[in-house]
Amino acid sequence: MSLNQVKINDFVIRFANVNGTGSASANYLFCKSIFRMGVPVTPKNIFPSNIQGLPTWYEVRVSEKGYLGRREGIDIMVCVNPQSMLKDVGNVRTGGYFLYDSSKPLHSNYIRDDIHYIGIPLMEMCNEAFTDPRQRQLFKNIIYVGALAALLEIDFKVFESLLAEQFAGKEKLIAPNIKALQMGVDYIHEHYSDPIDIRVEQRDLVGDSIMIDGNTACGLGAVYGGATVAAWYPITPSTSVIESFMNFSDEYRIDPETGKRNVAIIQAEDELAAIGMVIGANWNGARSFTATSGPGLSLMNEFLGLAYFAEIPTVLIDVQRTGPSTGMPTRTQQSDTLEAAYASHGDTKHILLFPSTPKECFEMTADAFDLTEQLQTPVIVMTDLDLGMNDHMSKPFQWDDHRQYKRGKVLDAEALEGIERFGRYLDVDGDGIPYRTYPGTHPTKGSYFTRGTSRDEYAVYTESGDAYVRNMDRLMKKWNTAKSYVPGPHLYQEVNLSTYGILFFGTSEYSTEEAIDILKAEGVQLDAIRIKSFPFNDTVEEFIHSHDKVFVVEQNRDAQMKSLLMIELSINPEKLVSVLNYDGLPITADQIVNSIKSGLSFSDLK
Amino acid sequence: MTYLRPKFRHPELPKNNLGYSVDYYEGSLSTLCAGCGHDSISAGIIQAAYELDIEPHRLAKLSGIGCSSKTPAYFLSNSHGFNSVHGRMPSVATGANMANRDLIYLGVSGDGDSASIGMGQFVHVIRRNLNMVYIVMNNGCYGLTKGQDSATADSGSKNKSGHVNLFQSIDLASLAIELGATFVAQSFSGDKSQLVPLIKAAMNHPGFAFINVISPCVTFNNNPGSTKSYDFVREHMEATSTFDFVPEMAEITTSYSEGSQKSVKLHDGTFLQFHKIAQDWDPEDRISAINAVQNAKLKNEILTGLLYINPEPVDLHEMINTSLRPLNSLTKEDLCPGSEVLKSINKDWR
Repeated sequence: MSLNQVKINDFVIRFANVNGTGSASANYLFCKSIFRMGVPVTPKNIFPSNIQGLPTWYEVRVSEKGYLGRREGIDIMVCVNPQSMLKDVGNVRTGGYFLYDSSKPLHSNYIRDDIHYIGIPLMEMCNEAFTDPRQRQLFKNIIYVGALAALLEIDFKVFESLLAEQFAGKEKLIAPNIKALQMGVDYIHEHYSDPIDIRVEQRDLVGDSIMIDGNTACGLGAVYGGATVAAWYPITPSTSVIESFMNFSDEYRIDPETGKRNVAIIQAEDELAAIGMVIGANWNGARSFTATSGPGLSLMNEFLGLAYFAEIPTVLIDVQRTGPSTGMPTRTQQSDTLEAAYASHGDTKHILLFPSTPKECFEMTADAFDLTEQLQTPVIVMTDLDLGMNDHMSKPFQWDDHRQYKRGKVLDAEALEGIERFGRYLDVDGDGIPYRTYPGTHPTKGSYFTRGTSRDEYAVYTESGDAYVRNMDRLMKKWNTAKSYVPGPHLYQEVNLSTYGILFFGTSEYSTEEAIDILKAEGVQLDAIRIKSFPFNDTVEEFIHSHDKVFVVEQNRDAQMKSLLMIELSINPEKLVSVLNYDGLPITADQIVNSIKSGLSFSDLK
Repeated sequence: MTYLRPKFRHPELPKNNLGYSVDYYEGSLSTLCAGCGHDSISAGIIQAAYELDIEPHRLAKLSGIGCSSKTPAYFLSNSHGFNSVHGRMPSVATGANMANRDLIYLGVSGDGDSASIGMGQFVHVIRRNLNMVYIVMNNGCYGLTKGQDSATADSGSKNKSGHVNLFQSIDLASLAIELGATFVAQSFSGDKSQLVPLIKAAMNHPGFAFINVISPCVTFNNNPGSTKSYDFVREHMEATSTFDFVPEMAEITTSYSEGSQKSVKLHDGTFLQFHKIAQDWDPEDRISAINAVQNAKLKNEILTGLLYINPEPVDLHEMINTSLRPLNSLTKEDLCPGSEVLKSINKDWR
């Protein structure tokens, strides 16, 4: 093995496994060990829509510079799946490493002369060391982690502490894991004494960061945000939002005195029922939410129109996956943007929030409950599979104990006493947001009939065109009011530095930031803005108007965010240049850079 | 039917224990056709709520879409109402009930709303034994779209335009019993003396209480040959029994002869006292209830009255062990774990 320039803390490793063989926890152990070495790391789970038997990959990018987006070019491939081996061999970059189970000889088809091979007889070693068939299977994975530790010089003590944490309470599982790790280390020391040209070195670059997935963060945000009713229907990749909410509720929502639960979580018969329950609960004064993905969002359209028109708070977490139809259920995309923005028939618009990190998943979910009650309209949190199901390095979550829940304009019995006649849809304050009452508040005042049919300011059914238009115009006024309630964009510069801008949102953040750095190094300056919500506020409009061209980065085919900007802000389509990725994998910086370079004459940009 | 209702009420109308006379339980004017069975059911609901001394604002009325689903506007104007979307009332009622277990939930639906588009939600709300009253105003046709057959139209029944239904009907009451509903009754909009006690018993039931009320559509399905016409239903009704509420257990003094009377003790210590009980029928025995309904069908009869009751139902809140305090009354102090807990959660994720 020749020693080239050593790459320290800068590589991509991909694990090729068979689904359902216990590889996930071993691969996570590897990823977490690097995080514990103080080095920024980003794992991506590329998994099949299957429970057992199909190929699954786990990719870890290690980046001293802190780039958390996915990167093409596999430096090390760990392949323990014969099904995908041919493709996996082909994916290794020239000069990279291919680690495989050498219990059986490698077929000549798999031999390339421009990569390095590291064979470890994983199956043989396991069969020798362990008798239990399940252990023989599981520890193959742990042995290769041990081998990687030796090759990359990861501190063994890190694994010891990680395993001690993982198996707290099940200590007898620690020893066989350590044994398997050590077998991997020893094998490398005995058979591959030459170092490889990739290495991990201890750093202090992660600070107080945490590693967590966005769905867990959303579930926790719902607990902190005061949700008491959750209704849902299982669908990948949103299911773990509710699972997270359930787990945290088991911990933090049990009344210590009575043992009863301060939460109701209902698994509905379908997404229609799930959103119906959420609307019923919110109507009745409980904070309630559901989580779904594209197909569920399609089903929920009718009810979203009702919630918009009848002005009922509703929180929906949309963990987007690759559409249309069933699409690729275990791949990511940002392709529900238009569907969510205008869900349901008739003139409707919905508030969207676009988190980019687990921290924002936590915050925006909690904020969504305030926003939906303040504005009395649905709020949809637009996360995606990449953010929701992959672990991300994130700033720690924070909560201000002085923060109060903003319950919006709700009249209690006392307030109703002072009112001559309650008008549910009267614009008392001139901001388009009316007052509401919860059922059961007052014996004679404040009751009204909620309906999806047109009605006047007093919630009385009407077919008067004038009353209908008054109501629709008030809803539009409320929409404009919302612009000052929703989170504004992140503007990367105080004054414009370029005539070119780049606009992005959600999980395109990491790779776009990296792309901006790459282009800058090549002499191209781009001003940047990250959108966090819809409706767009004035800063977004000003940013676009103050640049000659704006690249719009998004992960769908049809440039849905570009369309939304054009429609809502009357932007000339020529001005917005799309940078798109829709292959189901998270967008990379290289894709963005290449797209920008091909989209315009590169010399123009400089 | 649109007409002007005089605002004047006799000043000496009798008052219930809350001091309200029956007009306090009325709603806005009905816009349904004159003679519509649904209006009689609305009147029955008004009467039941009045007789049970219900505070109208402590009851929430919910519905889907259709003629029947319009009716909540026509009773209990001091109750919050929710006219939701077609076939989806059960889910909205479920969410509402989860938010506040202290209110009475009255769902009104129709045969199209429950037996077709809403069948999924109908069966699942039964499975969960949601504590609510669920009334289907069943006329065997789609009135609002001018009389198409619904899924409860009997095979061979003829509608106004002479069209004969070819398909088997869905028997909602049998289905409800089969699915484990804890209170199932069947009645006729034209029989107020039977309907009002049934609605009262349903409102008193601390679980899912279903009443399938045959309610003729005077405009599209009240013709000869229809099995949901006033004449047909009157001629073919057969009751399981009649019954009374007995509020205090000590007050049962009537002696009853074997086989003709029965009393069922309810969750709150009150009783249902049955008279003139049908043969081979026991209100607490699901099998006998299903047999009774099927036997009546064989004889071309419509079995009415209470069909089945489980007097000690376990409702959804009890099943999932929710707080006795309504969830919508919980505050940040009850719900938010706070910043110290969050710090330790962050620590676990390092």
